[in-house]
Order: sequence, then structure tokens, then C-alpha cells
Amino acid sequence: MSATNKPAGDNDAFRTLTLQIKRYDPEKDREPHWKEYKVTAHPMDRVLDVVMKVKWEQDDTLGLRKSCAHGICGSDAMRINGQNNLACKMLVQNLRGDKVTVEPILGLPVIKDLIVDMKPFFDHYKAVMPFLINDDPAPTTERLQTPEQRARFDDTTKCILCACCTTACPPFWGNRQYVGPAAIVNAHRFIFDSRDQGAAQRLEILNDADGIWRCRTVFNCSQACPRGIKVTQAISEVKRALITGVVDVPQEAEALA
Amino acid sequence: MSTPTYHRFENIIVGSGGAGLMAALHSGKEVGTAVVSKLYPTRSHTGAANGGIAAALSNLEEDSWENHAYDTIKGGDFVVDQTAAEILCREAVDCIYDLEHMGLPFDRTADGRISQRRFGGHSRPSKADPAKREPVMRACHAADRTGHMILQTLYQQCIKSGVQFFDEYHMLDLIMVDGECRGIIAIEIATGRLHVFHAKSVLLATGGFGRMFKVTSNAYALTGDGPAIAYKHGIPMEDLEFYQFHPTGIYRLGILLTEGCRGDGGIMFNGKGERFMETYAPNMKELASRDVCSRSIYQEVRAGRGVNGKDFVYLDIRPSTINKYRSSPRHSEGHEVDDHYIESRLSESLELSRTYLGIDPLKEAMPIQPTAHYGMGGTPTDIYTRVVRNAAGDVVPGLYAAGESACVSVHGGNRLGTNSLLDLVVFGRRAGQEMAKYAKSTQFKEIPKDADAAARKQISDALAKPRTEPWVRIRDEMQRVMMDDCGVYRTAEGLANARKTIASLKERFAATGIQDKGTIFNTGLLEYLELGNLLEMAQAMVACCENRKESRGAHSREDFPDRNDEQYFNHSFVSKNGENDTKIEQKPVDVIMIEKDGQKVPKYPLEVRKY
Repeated sequence: MSATNKPAGDNDAFRTLTLQIKRYDPEKDREPHWKEYKVTAHPMDRVLDVVMKVKWEQDDTLGLRKSCAHGICGSDAMRINGQNNLACKMLVQNLRGDKVTVEPILGLPVIKDLIVDMKPFFDHYKAVMPFLINDDPAPTTERLQTPEQRARFDDTTKCILCACCTTACPPFWGNRQYVGPAAIVNAHRFIFDSRDQGAAQRLEILNDADGIWRCRTVFNCSQACPRGIKVTQAISEVKRALITGVVDVPQEAEALA
Repeated sequence: MSTPTYHRFENIIVGSGGAGLMAALHSGKEVGTAVVSKLYPTRSHTGAANGGIAAALSNLEEDSWENHAYDTIKGGDFVVDQTAAEILCREAVDCIYDLEHMGLPFDRTADGRISQRRFGGHSRPSKADPAKREPVMRACHAADRTGHMILQTLYQQCIKSGVQFFDEYHMLDLIMVDGECRGIIAIEIATGRLHVFHAKSVLLATGGFGRMFKVTSNAYALTGDGPAIAYKHGIPMEDLEFYQFHPTGIYRLGILLTEGCRGDGGIMFNGKGERFMETYAPNMKELASRDVCSRSIYQEVRAGRGVNGKDFVYLDIRPSTINKYRSSPRHSEGHEVDDHYIESRLSESLELSRTYLGIDPLKEAMPIQPTAHYGMGGTPTDIYTRVVRNAAGDVVPGLYAAGESACVSVHGGNRLGTNSLLDLVVFGRRAGQEMAKYAKSTQFKEIPKDADAAARKQISDALAKPRTEPWVRIRDEMQRVMMDDCGVYRTAEGLANARKTIASLKERFAATGIQDKGTIFNTGLLEYLELGNLLEMAQAMVACCENRKESRGAHSREDFPDRNDEQYFNHSFVSKNGENDTKIEQKPVDVIMIEKDGQKVPKYPLEVRKY
């Protein structure tokens, strides 16, 4: 154990940040406006901590959602310095400069300050039938699935429905009827699950005018995903299934039975 | 404030984590059911659990639910209700298949079955020497995201079966009439409007209360709302003194680094570079149980051997370190480990460390400290998840509880890893089934016209009161005193200080209001209400800690270092006695007796808890 190890959690180099937060109180404001705050921040603070400092120490009226504070619940998606991220997954030491802009994610109606109406987002999610469809009688133990079949859809099981991808998507900004990347990711998770029998129905839904073809392969979604899901790739795989009529899932279930 | 909106459902589920959603699915199949939750369901903290969910499936190694029950009872330092523990472990198997049929993407064995792995405290009798125990593969897992997968799967099924959700509604009060529960009052966060939910029965599934501590793995939302509101209505709390501190929380943040770090050979060092666990647990060292490791870190820090004299130590999972200390018993089966091996086994922890510490654990050690993690105690229930109102076990008609907010007492003094997710699905399912049965056998009963009077007053008071001081200061003081005096180690002196401090904080809290007077998404108001709930829970917890003058499981009294079965082989029931006082009753532990050689003997005899 090297004694020279620098305890990163113990770095006392506080600095002053200038936060520009987009504020909107529907009970008072006619339209959103920027407001500036100065906050002392530790390099290891999360942007969420800094925004909470504003709320707790300067202005209790600031509205935002938060819960787990370590990147798994998906509550605090925000546009930070122009890029979507979870406020709890971004550290002060990784910010460029001492000025930070924080605003609500784009494309969903703003309710108050950093809080947007998530209903349209969840409606798109629900529209793709995001649940296992299998009408065969269930066996007394588990349904069998090979490790390869399980791996086929692993990436898209990581989604936490934070909306970072969908609200970073220019086609979605232009047309809010578009189901958006998050809904397609969740359709992918079932379309490529060897236990599922609903692929045809889901593909038909996504073949709609406001379905998957609205995707222009901008890659913003992949870049925005705080879970590192290859969103654009998942969308391409679903497109390919629609074009070829083939859902490419490893076929080994018979060998197991 | 305008008139409240009225709703009527057979059953109301409060909370949308694993227990709440499982209950909603099962109740919703039979009767009208709605879920009321202050978060969108997929934001619930069940999603943060990574390790796995225990069930004796015997997919990879021979196992039995009886083995699992024994481990659970011993792990809980014997203050576990044994009938409940047997139910947990027996129904586990069926519940796992249930989850798989719902679509949960478990990892698979080569032959396509659910994959399982080892976890702390889970064992079976050794093949070589049946008098000894050996680790067994019992934890079913879905990558290192098992909790996330459970939460997603249950939510998906709720969408499929059309369960009704009231998302971002915060419970303010229970409607209690003649000792029965007939619904809840909630505030719709987006509008500030009050809603009356008239029901035949209500499930409290609101999760933990770790936010009363300064350093915790718990989400901001875990403020004990369900239990605190029940407690204010005179319902006792059970075994709050048993609160688990997980040894490896990320320094300052408390975010959990999984037990797997030590399972795969990680070593803890103090500020002098010494492997201090050799002193405290010469045999198991870093693989001693969670409570033992947390206590050891505390001792080091207190002796001034934290890093740079501060309150943290190092967890080192660099391959060079692991290879140097390769003698650990649960270690990577003989071969040298390299970066790739660590990366494949502990990807989630590596990612957390890289994100939140800026440290690559393959190159540097990680600063860690014990983090408040899980409450074994909570709202007392029977095995049907019915809330009981006293130590005699009398039921509160119409009120149910499940999950971390409840205490059916399957975890006793200390919970085993992977048993928390299991508790959610087993007792969540029982809750849904029992509530459906109850709803079918009973009629809606009247609720008072002004059922929302207390809730309405609570809100208008909070908005009207002058802000004599920022409530955040009260919260910070509570978190500090709970961490210092009611944390890993407890003494009569510290607990007395905590009791007095909490009492005065409650007075200051009652005196002050909030800054934000708005109605739309007033999150300041919510946090203020949550603080009120935490203060109630903290007061009840301190009382339980003062009462239990022994050390058992996660409850360590420095002034009473030994377990005392004569006096304390029982549960604590604490209830409110006036605004700032408490009273405590004892409830005997449920012990299963069996016939052996013509005599009645306990099935799980008391033994010293050693690993």
C-alpha cells in the first residue's frame, strides 16, 4: 500500500462556481428566465449537490427532482452546459471553467424550474408494450434461455427511463408525437428476448408514421445516455428487423429443452 | 385550499418499490387497486440493489430452503421470528420463478437455468464435515443490477395489467376511524391539491429511513413516511435499534461499493497502511460480517488511525494488492487476478469509483467509511403483513405493511445480503393476496367529512409559519447526532445526548416554516414534511437503543458489549407517549418447537454467532 496515495475524497480545494439556472414559476413568471447564483463547491461535489446548495442555502423555491443521487433512479436529468446528463453523475472537477448553466431537458413541457412534465415521455414508453408477452402456459420452474440469448438484449435492459436520450433527440424536438429513442430501446429489450412472442406487434407499432422512421441517426441519444447504452445501435437493429422481417435472436432453445 | 378530490379504491398501496408493486399486481388481479407514490415508480430505491436475490433453487449446488432459513435466523442474531423466516425462505423459490415468468432477465447457467452465486452468510452443511457449514450458491442475479431488473419488471407487469398509478402524490395522513384504517390523504405534488383516497385497506410500502443519518446509501426519498405517520397515530414501531451500517460506503457520499469487492479479495488498510482486520477478525478478516467490519473501521478512526487522521480508511482492490494477500478464504480460487478479471467481476463498483472519486480502483485504493444502509425494524406486522398495534399481536383492521418500512421480523438484529429483495417480493405478494381477500370480505366503511382536516392544517401551518431558521440546519444537526451517537457504536451517554438533541430539534422544527409558499411542485414543503417524519423515527430509534442494554447483531452498546439472552431475547415495541416521550414493551421472539426424543425442543437452538 503506497503511502503517497492521494486521498481523492479529501481534496480541500474548494472553488466558487457561478451557476446560471433557468427559472420558471408558473404562479409568478410569464416566461422562463436565467438567474445567477454563486456557490462554493468541492471538486468532488456532484452538480446535484451544487444545485441543492442553491436550494438549501439561498433559494428554497428552486424546483427540481432528485432521489438516489448516484445515477440509478433517473430523476435528475437536466441540461448542464448544453448537454443532457443526470446532475448526480457529473462532478464539479469535470466541469470546464467556473461557469455552469443548468436548464430543464428540452422537448417536454416545463412545469416549474427544472421540472418537466414526464407524462408524454411515459406515454410513448407505454405505447410500445414494454412487458413480456408469452401466452404459453408457464412451466413449474423457470423458462429456459441460453447465456447467448440472454446477452442478446443485455444492453437495453440498463435503461432507467431518465429521458436524457429522448430529450436530446432533434427529431423529437421537432415532433413530440415521435415515440423517441427511450421507447425504442424498451421495445428492443423485448423484441430480442427469446422468451417473448410480441415482436410482430411491437414492430408494427414502431412502423407507424410517428414511429422509428423519424430517427435520423443523429447519435445524440447514445451520447446523452448516462447508462452507456448504445441507443443508436439498438434503434438500427430494430430498423433492420423491420426491413428484413427477421428478428435476429440466437436460436438454441430447442437444444435446452 | 380548495376542496379535496375524492377517490375510492378497494385497496391503496403507498409506495412503488419492490414490495408495493408486487402487492399492487396481486391485489390488482382481484379488486380495484391503486398505487400512490411520491416518486415515479421506476425511481424507487429497490432499483439501487445490485447483489442478488436469495432462493434455494439448487441450480448449481444442492441447497434447501431449510438451509436458507437457518442462515437467516443465525444472521439475525436469533431475534428473528422463525415462522416468518421459514415462509420467506420457502416461498422464495416460487417467487423467483414468478419473477422469471414475468420476464425478469436473470443471468443464465450454461444449461439455460437461472444462475446463482455465493454471498455473505449463505451456507449449507459441509459435505466433508456436516457439523460445519460451507458457502453455497444461492443468490440469483441479473448482472450487477438485480434490483433495477426487479423494479423494471414489476412496473412493466403493472402497465400490462392496467394497475392505476397516482405518481408524485405524497402521503400526508392515514384515515383512522375507531382503530381501523379506511384510507389515506395525499398531496398531488404537481398542483398542491389534496386528495382523499377512501379504501378498504391500505398497504404501507414506503421503504427505509436512512436519511436520518449523515452518511447513508439511501436515496433522498427514504424518509420513513409510512412508519412515521403510523407512529403518530399511536401504532408502535418494532426493533428500530437494529440498523445496519455497511462498511464500504464511498467517503463523504455513502454510495455503496458492493460486498463483492471484499469477496473477490479486496483488502482494507488504515492510515498507517496496516491491514487492520487482522486484529479484529483474525480468521475471516475482510470477509467478516457487515456489522463486524463497520465496527472495526470505527475503532481505527477513533484511535486516530484513519487516513490523515480523518474519518475514512482505504479499500484496495488493485490486482497487485489482491495477489499479495491471497490467503483469504473466499478468494478467487487460486489463480492470480489481473485488471481484466476485476473489471469483469466488479464493473459497477469500478464505475462508481471512477465517477464519484475520480479514482481508478485498478491503480489506486478507494477511500471508504461505514454508511447507514438498512433498517431491520419498522412497522410491526404478522405473517399476513397485517399491522399489529401492540406486543400481544392485535391487528389494526385495514392496515398492512411490507418491505423495509415493515418489520415482520425476518431480519432480526442483522440482515443478510440478498434477503432484502427477497423480503420485498415474498411479503409484497402476501400483502397483495391478503388485502384482496380482506377487500372481498368487507364493505367500504364511512369516513368523516373532514377526513383531511389534520393534513390540511399541517400544510397551512407549514406555509403560514414564519421561517425562524432554515429547516436544513435542523436536518443537518439531526443527521450529525444520529451518526455520532446512534450509529455503529452506542453508549448510554451518547444516546442520552441524542435523545435530548432530537427533542429540542423537534421543538425548533415545530416553530419554523418554509420559504416557498407556492402550490405547484413545492419541493421545499415536501422536504420539510419529510424532515418531520425523520425526526419522529429518530426519536423512536433512540428510545429503542437506550432500552436494549446488550450488544446483538447491528446494535452495539459499548457499555454492554455482550449479548444477553436472559433479558433481551425479545423484540422491542416503542410507541409514542405524548409529544416528546416514548414507552417500550417487549414481545417474545416467535420460536418453533419440534419433538426430539420425546421432548419439545427449539428447532433453531440459540448459539453464539460466529463465522
